[in-house]
Amino acid sequence: MRLEYLDLHEIKGPLVILKDVKGASYEEMVEFTIQGVGKRIGRIIRMTEELCVVQVFEGTADISLENTRTYLTGHTLQLPLSSEILGRIFDGKGSPKDGLGDIYPDMKADINGLPINPVSRKYPKNFIQTGLSSIDGLATLIRGQKLPIFSGSGLPHNDLAVQIVRQAKITDTDNSKFAIVFAAIGVKSDVAEYFTKSFKESGVLEKVVMFLNLADDPVVERITTPRCALTAAEYLAFEKGMHVLVIMTDMISYAEALREISSSMEEIPSRKGFPGYLYSDLASMYERAGIIEGKEGSITQIPILTMPNDDITHPVPDLTAYITEGQLVLDRELTQRGVYPPVSILMSLSRLMKDSIGEGFTREDHPGIANQLFASYARVQEVRALASVIGEDELSDTDKKFMAFGRAFEDRFLKQLRDENRDMKKTLDLGWRLISTLPEAELDRLTPELIAKYYDKSGRGGF
Amino acid sequence: MTERNRNNGYISGVSGPVVSVKGNPALKMLEMVLVGKNRLIGEVISVEKDKTVVQVYETTSGLKNGEPVVSSGSPLSVTLGPGILGEVFDGIQRPLKKIEELSGSSIQKGLEIKTLDETKKWNTTIKIKDGDTATEGQIIAEVWETPALLHKIMLPPNVSGTFKNVRGNGEYTIVEVIASVETKKEKIIDITMTHKWPVKKPRPFGKRRPVYMPLITGQRVIDMLFPMAKGGTAAIPGGFGTGKTMTQHQLAKWSDADIVVYIGCGERGNEIADVLESFPKLKDPKTGLSLMNRTVLIANTSNMPVAAREASIYTGITIAEYYRDMGYHVALMADSTSRWAEALREISGRLEEMPAEEGYPAYLPSRLSQFYERAGYVQNLNGSEGSISIIGAVSPQSNDFSEPVTQNTKRFTRCFWALDKALAYARHYPAINWTGSYSEYIDELAPWYEENTDRQYGEKRTEILRILQEESRLMEIVKLIGQDVLPDGQKLTLEMAKIIRQGFLQQNAFHENDTFVPVEKQYKMMSIILYLNEKAEKLVATGIPVSVLVDTGVFNELVQMKYNIPNDNLDGFATLERRIDDFYNDLSIEYNDARRRNSQ
Repeated sequence: MRLEYLDLHEIKGPLVILKDVKGASYEEMVEFTIQGVGKRIGRIIRMTEELCVVQVFEGTADISLENTRTYLTGHTLQLPLSSEILGRIFDGKGSPKDGLGDIYPDMKADINGLPINPVSRKYPKNFIQTGLSSIDGLATLIRGQKLPIFSGSGLPHNDLAVQIVRQAKITDTDNSKFAIVFAAIGVKSDVAEYFTKSFKESGVLEKVVMFLNLADDPVVERITTPRCALTAAEYLAFEKGMHVLVIMTDMISYAEALREISSSMEEIPSRKGFPGYLYSDLASMYERAGIIEGKEGSITQIPILTMPNDDITHPVPDLTAYITEGQLVLDRELTQRGVYPPVSILMSLSRLMKDSIGEGFTREDHPGIANQLFASYARVQEVRALASVIGEDELSDTDKKFMAFGRAFEDRFLKQLRDENRDMKKTLDLGWRLISTLPEAELDRLTPELIAKYYDKSGRGGF
Repeated sequence: MTERNRNNGYISGVSGPVVSVKGNPALKMLEMVLVGKNRLIGEVISVEKDKTVVQVYETTSGLKNGEPVVSSGSPLSVTLGPGILGEVFDGIQRPLKKIEELSGSSIQKGLEIKTLDETKKWNTTIKIKDGDTATEGQIIAEVWETPALLHKIMLPPNVSGTFKNVRGNGEYTIVEVIASVETKKEKIIDITMTHKWPVKKPRPFGKRRPVYMPLITGQRVIDMLFPMAKGGTAAIPGGFGTGKTMTQHQLAKWSDADIVVYIGCGERGNEIADVLESFPKLKDPKTGLSLMNRTVLIANTSNMPVAAREASIYTGITIAEYYRDMGYHVALMADSTSRWAEALREISGRLEEMPAEEGYPAYLPSRLSQFYERAGYVQNLNGSEGSISIIGAVSPQSNDFSEPVTQNTKRFTRCFWALDKALAYARHYPAINWTGSYSEYIDELAPWYEENTDRQYGEKRTEILRILQEESRLMEIVKLIGQDVLPDGQKLTLEMAKIIRQGFLQQNAFHENDTFVPVEKQYKMMSIILYLNEKAEKLVATGIPVSVLVDTGVFNELVQMKYNIPNDNLDGFATLERRIDDFYNDLSIEYNDARRRNSQ
């Protein structure tokens, strides 16, 4: 028998409060029937002895205390899944948005997922060649990694994400085992359009599952958009054995939606008004990347964040970087100097690269040369600071060489065309050419054997 | 559907991990309860007149109002006995490998699992006989738990009297009775090889002893400059990407402790996978056996329930105390205590408690101090001596060391290894900043170092720190006017500091000779650098330009000595010393000749 409750107790922003509901369970989905408007769904996010707080997807507009009937569905929000989801477009709660009808599911899965047992994880060790020297050489992307792009408004993070998707050799052998899940969280419609167009141009559209919550879509659905996307990714990776790349943009919008709901619930805020559980909440999504022992597929995540005011200490990038396995930070100054991709390499980091590069993975000199490039470029920053005080002419000869190295590094190594695809060998060789412009005595991160093998002593190195 | 009887309460509200319970006023503070139909594990954290609040260690989604809450009568406890080492537990000591067997690669809720294997037979040597007096914490039997560790079975701390029915040496499981104790009140208590202990209650010991031995880590910046004592406390604060976890892993790998308890508290799942893949392959420098033989992992990754994150720290320290009681030196790494503090904050927020600084509860400092006070070098109840050293990582929000967790941790720890963003950017690891770090143990440990290295250890350490200090002062000037205008004496200081930074402080975790360095080699490296400094200062004083000294290549040889001199053969230092002597003699002769020619 379908039991419905008449009337609501209270409506507060995106939340509806029910009174005296029997048998409700925590995080259960409820269905509202609104007279003359239609149906909406919601999720129970807090229960007290008498009251149930429900967040309503699609917003609370048109709902009054008296025009609504409530039905408890008895289950949490579930996503219908089958291989048919490839090539389809869904909204933030997992309903088809492209007018092509419902999915006939093989299975349904709770969008919250269950935590992966850490002992079941396989430590990711296969690198993904993106064809971008800054990433491949210095912050190598690993299959099964979560590596966010920290950007700011007006910086080319979308171009970078698209170029990674286009050039990523994510599969060793079989291209059919590769899929992309794209989650747009509160982004402008032209951003979503740009991604769709790029997927189409690179001919991967039928390999893409899209979950779109655009800037004018209901805020509450921003909470479920990435979760639906990750549930789809888990299905493709761990049930269908595919290597899945998940792009989520923009995680700031997600966190702001969380804050909005938290403040409607009158919770005690912590930093910048964000709720105290922001870390755990973000982690419950980021930690869904990885590889599971004994299963074929993998989930690699590239979340994108546009840091408000380019502030990396803002709680969202700060907490994100504590959870993710590194970060790619984009730099406004490099963009203004015309360097694309403007990856600020000193602030960028791939935590997983230490065990996945070098002998047997990329090339034996990779860890050494990467370290030396980092160290030398860090020195360039010091020399530049000095030059801005005393002028470049007054620098010592060594320091002048560092100035030249810095410029060449940015123009030759970092800078790439939007369709330029460099392989690993080319990237590493380029690194050695740059390092060969510096005196041998300044190379403190390289072993004598590597210097003997790769360093160009002739002094003719460089450009 | 809802069962209600005298011992059971029922759920009357859910918010995240916090559940309100009504109908059972007999629930005690910190008692363990089973919540809901799925019997999720929870702990009572607040008792009011008509309502009890429980934090649940598993995900609460799907709980209904009215479902039963069953009292267990005892506080949240850990099970202690052979079979702990080499295991990976979650925050409430459930073995994750068993969970995997039961529920596959994801963690389902409401699993009931035995913490330790109760079917495994251990080859047991009994150390007591009928009629012996039984004292608290007494060692009654021994079991080789792993090839590296002799597990000593102890009487629980609250049991004493006379032994009866003692069984002979043989193969026993941990639940078989191996002896009984008749107490003074003529009560008979059966003794097995395992007992339970509440996690929030420190295990008793005889008395505290002063610390005197360093915890050798094989990391030069720690062992030589900011040493940590066995039984001491240390904090590693650092923003993201500064290498906290890398440093913690290095310490877990190479510390000369008998047991390492590693708590991954609210961190990444892949890091646990990394430890599980790399540790079994690495050899303990002390025993030559696999590192897993001495390691216990407690893993509550950031996506696992937040309340269990709070518990993981207590679970870890209680296990550490148990091994300390056997007379072992235990090192406990907690990565990261900030996540633990945030778990406190999260639950406090759900309880709608009045927040203190930055939303953290007012009891944050007292909880931190209670935790760090469980470290120490002690004489145990059974007369043996053991220690617990705690090394806590701190993740300051926005890399701001003035935030409450860093500041309060600083108050209760005596070693402070500050990780530095600028060093990490330049890939200088370990990125321990030498100006912001300190060790308060230096005086207590000085006698040990003088005995085990050399009488001059203290002076040499001070000299190294002086050069580094001088460098950072000079760098302020160099930033404004450049290096060229400095007098040669100061230029030499900069060159020497460079050798210290690159050749000594910076350590390559991926190089076999450099990932772990024995104290003897560390000391020789420090000495040879100062020897060069002494000679070079003399040369510079006679007017030889620093650039000439650098061009000889000797400076560079010192930078490379960490790679070129193997850990097991330190003869290279004698060669280096001769090299420096030659360098000194050649240059002084050459310049004396030149000067004589000029004056003629």
